[in-house]
Amino acid sequence: MSSSASVVKSVPAFDRSPPVESAHPPAAPAPQAAAGVHPAFSPHWQGLLATLAWVALAAVTLAWPNAPAGFEDWAYTTEFGIATAVFAAAWALLTLAASVPAAHDTFLARPVAAFRHTAPWIVATGLIFAAWEILTAKTGRLPPPFFAPPSSMIDVYVSDYARLADSTFNSVRLLLEGVAWGTFIGFSIGVAIGWSRAMNYWIHPILRFLGPLPPTALLPIAFFFFPSSHAASVFLIALATGFPVAILTWSGIASVNKAYYDVARTMGASDWFLIFRVAIPAALPQVFVGLFMGLGSSFVVLIVAEMMGVKSGLGWYLTWAQGYASYTNMYGALIVMTVIFSSLISLLFAVRDRVLVWQKGIVKW
Amino acid sequence: MVAAALRTVPPPHSVPATNHASHIHIEHVSHGFESPAGEFLPVLEDVSLEIAPGEFVALLGPSGCGKSTLLRLVAGLEPATQGTITQDGTTITRPDPSRIVAFQDPTLFPWRTVWDNVALGPQAQGRLKANKASVEAALCKVGLEGFAKSYPHQLSGGMAQRAALARALVNDPKVLILDEPLGKLDSLTRLEMQSELVSLWRKNGFSVLLVTHDVEEALFLAQRVVIFSPRPAKIVGELSIERPYPRHRDDPTLTALRREVLDRLGLGKSW
Ligand SMILES: Nc1ncnc2c1ncn2[C@@H]1O[C@H](COP(=O)(O)OP(=O)(O)OP(=O)(O)O)[C@@H](O)[C@H]1O
Ligand SMILES: [Mg+2]
Repeated sequence: MSSSASVVKSVPAFDRSPPVESAHPPAAPAPQAAAGVHPAFSPHWQGLLATLAWVALAAVTLAWPNAPAGFEDWAYTTEFGIATAVFAAAWALLTLAASVPAAHDTFLARPVAAFRHTAPWIVATGLIFAAWEILTAKTGRLPPPFFAPPSSMIDVYVSDYARLADSTFNSVRLLLEGVAWGTFIGFSIGVAIGWSRAMNYWIHPILRFLGPLPPTALLPIAFFFFPSSHAASVFLIALATGFPVAILTWSGIASVNKAYYDVARTMGASDWFLIFRVAIPAALPQVFVGLFMGLGSSFVVLIVAEMMGVKSGLGWYLTWAQGYASYTNMYGALIVMTVIFSSLISLLFAVRDRVLVWQKGIVKW
Repeated sequence: MVAAALRTVPPPHSVPATNHASHIHIEHVSHGFESPAGEFLPVLEDVSLEIAPGEFVALLGPSGCGKSTLLRLVAGLEPATQGTITQDGTTITRPDPSRIVAFQDPTLFPWRTVWDNVALGPQAQGRLKANKASVEAALCKVGLEGFAKSYPHQLSGGMAQRAALARALVNDPKVLILDEPLGKLDSLTRLEMQSELVSLWRKNGFSVLLVTHDVEEALFLAQRVVIFSPRPAKIVGELSIERPYPRHRDDPTLTALRREVLDRLGLGKSW
């Protein structure tokens, strides 16, 4: 009696354990005892819900006729419906696979846990897409030309692929060029004024005086003085990135614990060593804060510069689409922009996580 | 017959002088700091002290009297307000890797692994490539070979202090300047490290200038104990401890000396 009671108890305990935990079973071999009572199948309810959400999206898209718009009809409605149906089917299969208990014990444990973790977001996106499709194509509550259904994004990417790709490429190139210069110069200035009194005396007031000026305010002057709008934009993006990088690098270097220098100096460190092996590594966490701020403001300058003068790029594409009142293309470009900018930020996070591994455990990220 | 003699001003101790140890001579050094209010805070007052090559000297004194300040002057991190400090006859004006300090705080670099922290000195002197083995050896000496890849925040307070000790030892100094290097260790590790310190010193032959709060530690380790007054620090007494190494902690001579030291520190009655 008592032994069967303990067996019954252990089953729900296993079932309820959160996915992340099941990916790292406790080091003690205790779970071995529970192995005999693995439930044959532990359905992953959230995965099921996600599947249902996407089935609903597919059904709405395919079965509900589009409301008559002022023109022929929204393109790619059927294709969008089929794509969402395929996604729902694939998700259903994965959910099924992740529900097999054995999947938690193999090398698949990690991907399975990650998969289960994303399920709530898949539910949410399915519902958002469905609402979006209903409000635009199906009922026309959000009317064209100012609004467009998600299916019409496919239209934009298929029909205007070349122009969008070209604009994207030009934007990314311009941005990276400006950010690279800004980072390099801002960092160098920050180190210089953080380290040298003379540099600090001359450069710091200039930074304090000119820094708060938004680089976009300089657009007209920059376009006038620089030989090309490209060069002017690189300058302004570099300015936008460089200012926060310089200020935070400087404050990082200025706040390095003096005891670190004492330790290094008693061991025979040269000035070069004190700068590059003590001051800069110690200041790097602050430098990254500056980089995040700088990257953020570089996006603003990039888009404004492209809207005002540069004859290519995503900002230019936005103005161009607006000129033709093709708001669908604008949404398409906005989505591309979002993806690119958030990827760049994620990339910077990844770089920081690598460079500053040592901070893990000291500060909470 | 008590083997240890108590003298107030002993001659520089006779230890087999190696060419690997320095002679440190502190001559009439006074030092102080300017307070933010502009007042002068005297910290050291006419301190004269000689450390013979290979000698092990311990400094004892009340908290805040100026011991760490004196060590900074000997290290060459600051110039003394008055007086001179020489190493083998040359005036000390700047830090040098022949005089290595283990500071009161471990001050490990948080962005470096334990291994890289210990390698700091050789790297700063541009001779790391040839000295990788000595980094490993220093880590083994302090029992941290298993933590070479850890970061300082993953160490306990005692382990961090051991890492700082390894970082000092790897430089093969002529004078080792230790500011309460064992202060944060648990009492067992502390005893172990004391014995380790003695054998390291006897093997390498460098001179040692040790600051400690622990009277027994000073008596167990040092050949000479120098006692300071409260701030501004003056030397109020010196004791020679002429007991052979390795010493025993229950040596009755040391127990007798302990009483003497506590008396000089003004703690005789509370003992
Ligand atoms: N950089 C400084 N500026 C101003 N005052 C200082 C400075 N460094 C030390 N002092 C003062 O000098 C005095 C002696 O300090 P020190 O660190 O040498 O004491 P200590 O003997 O090492 O004490 P403890 O045993 O507690 O470590 C203290 O009163 C301290 O306030
Ligand atoms: Mg001190």
